[in-house]
Order: sequence, then structure tokens, then C-alpha cells
Amino acid sequence: MEFTELLLNAIVAGILLGGFFAALSIGLSICFGLLDTVNIAHPTIIVGAAFCTFLLNDLLGIDPILAGLILTPVFFILGLAIYSMYYQFFEKQSAEALRGLAFFFGLLFIAEVLMIMAFGVDHRLVSAPYIGNSFTTALAGMEFSIPYRLLAAFVVASAMTVGLQVYLSKSFFGRATSAVHQDGMALSLMGVDPVMVKRIAFALGLATCGLAGALMIIVIPIEPAVGRFFIGNVFAIVVLGGLGSISGTLVAAFILGIAESVVSTFFGPSWAPAVSFAILLGVLAFKPTGLFGSGDTR
Amino acid sequence: MTRFLKSRMRSVMLVALFAAAFSLITTLSPVAQAKNIKIGFSMALTGALAGGGKQALEAMKIWRDDINAKGGMLGRQVELKYYDDQTNPKNVPGIYAKLLDVDKVDFIVSGYGTNLIAPAMPVAIDRDVVFMGLFGMNNNKKWKYEKYFQILPAGPDPAVGFSENWFKAIETFKPKTIALLSADAGFARNLKEGAITNAKRAGYEIVYNQNYPPKTADFTPIVRAVNAKKPDIFYIASYPNGSAGLVRAIAEVGTDAKAVGGGMVGLQFSGLMAGLGPNLNGILNYDFYVPEPTMALYPGASELIERYQNKVKTEGLKTDALGYYLVPWAYAYLDILGQAVNAVGKIDHDAIAEYIHKTEFTSVVGKVAFGDNGEWTTSRTIVVQYQNIKNNDLSQFAQPGVRKIMYPADIKTGSPVTFNSLR
Repeated sequence: MEFTELLLNAIVAGILLGGFFAALSIGLSICFGLLDTVNIAHPTIIVGAAFCTFLLNDLLGIDPILAGLILTPVFFILGLAIYSMYYQFFEKQSAEALRGLAFFFGLLFIAEVLMIMAFGVDHRLVSAPYIGNSFTTALAGMEFSIPYRLLAAFVVASAMTVGLQVYLSKSFFGRATSAVHQDGMALSLMGVDPVMVKRIAFALGLATCGLAGALMIIVIPIEPAVGRFFIGNVFAIVVLGGLGSISGTLVAAFILGIAESVVSTFFGPSWAPAVSFAILLGVLAFKPTGLFGSGDTR
Repeated sequence: MTRFLKSRMRSVMLVALFAAAFSLITTLSPVAQAKNIKIGFSMALTGALAGGGKQALEAMKIWRDDINAKGGMLGRQVELKYYDDQTNPKNVPGIYAKLLDVDKVDFIVSGYGTNLIAPAMPVAIDRDVVFMGLFGMNNNKKWKYEKYFQILPAGPDPAVGFSENWFKAIETFKPKTIALLSADAGFARNLKEGAITNAKRAGYEIVYNQNYPPKTADFTPIVRAVNAKKPDIFYIASYPNGSAGLVRAIAEVGTDAKAVGGGMVGLQFSGLMAGLGPNLNGILNYDFYVPEPTMALYPGASELIERYQNKVKTEGLKTDALGYYLVPWAYAYLDILGQAVNAVGKIDHDAIAEYIHKTEFTSVVGKVAFGDNGEWTTSRTIVVQYQNIKNNDLSQFAQPGVRKIMYPADIKTGSPVTFNSLR
């Protein structure tokens, strides 16, 4: 019974953690998976949103998730500006591969320095009624405790993923984004401006940072450099899910979340990263496109 | 004499006059009489340990201003030369090589923390210079370098001495079993090894012993795994991110352990104290200085902290608002170096090291004496229990009664109670 209780609790915790990972990765799935833009600064931009959430919560007492929603359009506009710059200086000159990567590295460092100047280096947390408490229930003689902060991350991340998946698969713009991923030239022959599509899609990817930042500061304490911890994780999740697949990203995040949680519970937390990346390598060995990728192995 | 020659003569005389005036000015100038003494170091000004590194730097600047106001070292003004190591050990050797070879500093001291002292040790040893350490855990164990001195008051066997008082404090609970968890990093692993030694000495059965990766985001599975082993006490050696994650996970999942904490770094930082608030109640942790009345044994420490807090306010510094954790110690390790250099009367690293070894110093952290391995001859780690925290207001942590001292007995301001009785 004790083993079953531990296992079920670990799986539930893993699913919730996966939700958090999905929130961090979903924007990158659009930028990197659909647009080939290696936005290595994505986790750092999420940290920027987390600091903005902290400000709204600390100064105005706004709930962190509501703050995340308020920040989403702000980060959409930021995304428009960043992509315009990236396009003008790199993509337009067909220099997006290595120099583009350098651009996003630079953006990462500049963003970190700006955050240090604005907020200092102290760790920051937010307060909300659902942080530090959990929902506890007994079922079939087993006790389950679900931390509300992780539950909030899971619900918000799932809603965000489903919303994006529906929008990108059903709307004209979503289909245009898939088309620009496959053949930009063909798209322009159809009378659609591929640069405009990319700009809006990139901004959409960055808009997710608003909510992801709110979830980040709900789940962990933040400081300007904490985004670096997640660079490996978010790229691994996007690749494991399959480039360009939003739902694949969500599934991959759940897989890595459950793996981390179960391994931490039964074999010790130090094995968790090794097992997660072993899963990634194993999947890529048999399916190089990732779990839900469609023939693109870039 | 032709006009040309006269003109040349005038030019030469003018140049000679300027040269004479310049040499007179530079000879008489106190600045030029002697070059500044430069002390070089790396410091965690960004990254995970920056919360400590920034407050250490400000304390070092206060010391620099103090000693310069008193006439400096060897009658020369003191200058601090430092670089941000980004809390990344890989950056450290290069920084110290640059400090010694390019900046030509006279002395080097360490940055903050074991993981950032370790990569600087080979450089210091290679150059055969005095090396003062700031909060290093057993960095000299393998090297046995006779010019290394370290300010963390953990005693002659620091890994064991660091947690010795914690294990004495929890004797009151009469535990039989213990769970141990540490961050997978040098300092924390050393701390856990010391705790294992203390646990074995006390005869406790170890029911859980694991390390967690520094990037861990959710600690609830770990806390559940610990709870499944039903330990009487739960010893944790963690870094700031992990400390906060564990405090929250324990609040959410709960535990029946009678004592929780031990070596949790970061819970002394203002940002985390305010952020975690009442979730800290019951945690039994190490510390070095807290605003309790019995801490008067450190002469000048409270005044120094007050100066630091005023500096943070008036200059609008983006750093720890309270500064209890590192300020006295960062001031003291430079103060001891300054006292030794002035006593020796010259920059002779052999003589300065010998002097530090044989002298008992008095600084803002009280009496300090170093043993053969450069560690304190006696341990002065204190054990505190977080109590009476009502909200997330930082100002309560500047008051007595919130972090009560449980050990050593001669300065205790409270007695430890079980973790859950304070929740």
C-alpha cells in the first residue's frame, strides 16, 4: 500500500510538474519548432516576466496569475519588436543560423544585466493564498496531497497549450504559420506576407512568457540568472515533443515531469536529470523527429 | 646666438622647468609617495550566490574606507580590485591569474563560498601568497596550504564542526533515526558528510541519504520519499533555490520529523526570509549572527550592520537589506589581513602567514585564532529556530525573538521545540 501511495503521489506530482515545464516550453515550441528561431533567451525573458509579476504583486497586490494575464499583451508587443530587429539584422541577410544564435545569446545577457540593475540579485517570491498550501484527500486508504501552486501551474499551462493548439490548427493564421514553417516561398505566392506571419507567430511565442513568468515565480524563487537552469530542459522538451508540435510539447513535458518525480521518489533525485535525458536520447534514436514531429529532423 | 638657437634654448628651459615642477609635485604628493595597496578578489555579484556576494562586497568597501581613514596599510591607501565570478567556478582561476599578472595586486582574498574558493586555491598555492577565505568549507583539507586562512567559524574540522552544535541542540528530542539530503555541490556535500559523522557518533540510524541536483524545481516527491522512511530528524544541506523549494514543499506535504533544517543556505537572506515568511516557523538551522541580545559577544558587529543597513538605504543599493549573514565576516577577514600586514610592517607573505598563525586577533566577530590548517581553532556556529513569524514583513527579522538561539548553551535565548508544534 505504501509503495502504491508513493507511486501515485509521484505520478500526480510529475503531471503537475510537467504542466509547469510545458508553460516554460510552449512559446519556444512556436519560435524554435515552427519558425526555426533558436531563441536561447526564452527562459530569461520568462524570468523578466516573473520579475514584472513580482512588482505587480508586491506593489499593487495583484494576484500572480492575473498579473501574468496582464503581462501577456505586453510581451506580445515585445515579441514584435524583437523579431523586427532579428529580421532586419539577421534573417533578411540570410545570416540567421550562427549570428542569429549570437543575437539571442546577447539578448540573454543584456536582459540579465537589466534585471540585475532594476531588481538587484536577491531571490524574490510572491504571496498568494494558494502558495504554501495543498489539497489533501484520502482515497482507498491512501493519502494524496496536491500543492495548489503546482495545480495552478498545471491548469494554466494546460489551458494555454490547448488554446494555442486550437488557434494554430483551426485559424487561417495558424495554418499560415504551419505553411511558413514548410515553405515560405509558396506562402508568398499565395499572397501572404511570410515575414508578417513570422513576426506575429514569434510575438505569440513571447506572449506566452507573460503567463509562464507568473507560473515560474509561483513555483520557484527567482533571481536574474535562474533562467539558465531551464535552457536545457525547455529545448529537450521541444525536441522530444517534435519540432512544431504544440500538443507534442505538452506530452513531452508530462513525460519528463513524471520521470523526474518518480525517479526522485524511488531512486534518488540525483538520478532524475540522467533519466530525463536518457528518455530524450532513446526516443530520438528510434524516432528522430520526436514524438509528434512530422518528418523534420533539423 | 641666432634667433633659432635662442628659441631652442627657451623650449629646452621650459621643458626642464615643467619636468622639475612635475617631479617636485610627484615627490611631495602623498599619493605618489607610495602606490596604493591593492587587494584583489572574485565575488559572486550575479548568479545563485549573489545575494551573499553583494552584501560581502559592501562590507569590504566599508572596511576599505575605515582602514584608509586610519592611514591605510603600511601607510598606503587600500584599493579593492574585484571581478564578478557569476557564481561560476569556471571563471575563478582566470580572474585570479588576471589579478596577479595584469592588475599586479599585492594580496588576494577569496570570493564567497566553498565552490568559488576551491578553484582559486591552486593559483594561490602556485604563487605562494597569503590567501584569506570567506565562508569556505574544508577547502584546505587536501592542499594543507600553510598560507590559507578562512573566516567561517566552523572549528578545526569544519565539515564536522559546522553541524556539531546542531546535533547537540536536537539531543533534547532523543531521536533514533535521521534522513539526510544535500544539494549536489561541494559545500553541501561536505556539510552532509560532516553531519553523517555526527549522526554516527550519536548512534542515529541513517534511513535516507541522497543528493538533489541544483536545478530541481519541485521538491515534493523528495519530501514524500523522506516521509516514507519516517525519520525522527531531517538534516538538509541546501543552496538558496533548494532551501526555498524545500521549505515550501515541507509546508505543502508536511512531515512528522521533530527537527528539520541544519545547513540550509539562503534562509538568512532578506529576500527569502521575507518571501517564505511563516513557512519558516519551526525550521532549526545554522547561522552566525542574529539580532538576539546575547550576540553582544561580537564587539562592534551590531554597529557595523547598522552602518551597512544605512548604506543600503541611503545609496539605494540593490542588495540584502539586513546584512546579518555575511557583513561582519566579510569585514573581519580583510580586517585580520590588514592587522597582520601592519604588524609585520612589510609585504612579506611568509612573515604575514606566520604572524596570522601565531596571533589571536580581535575583530568585529570577536576573538579569532587560526589552526595549522587555516581554520578556526574553535567552532562558533550557532543554531537558531525560526519562531513567531506572522507574515512576510521583512522588518520582523530585524527584531529579537524571531530567530532564537538554541545553541551554544552560553548564549541561548530559547529551547528547541518540535517542528510541528510551531506550524
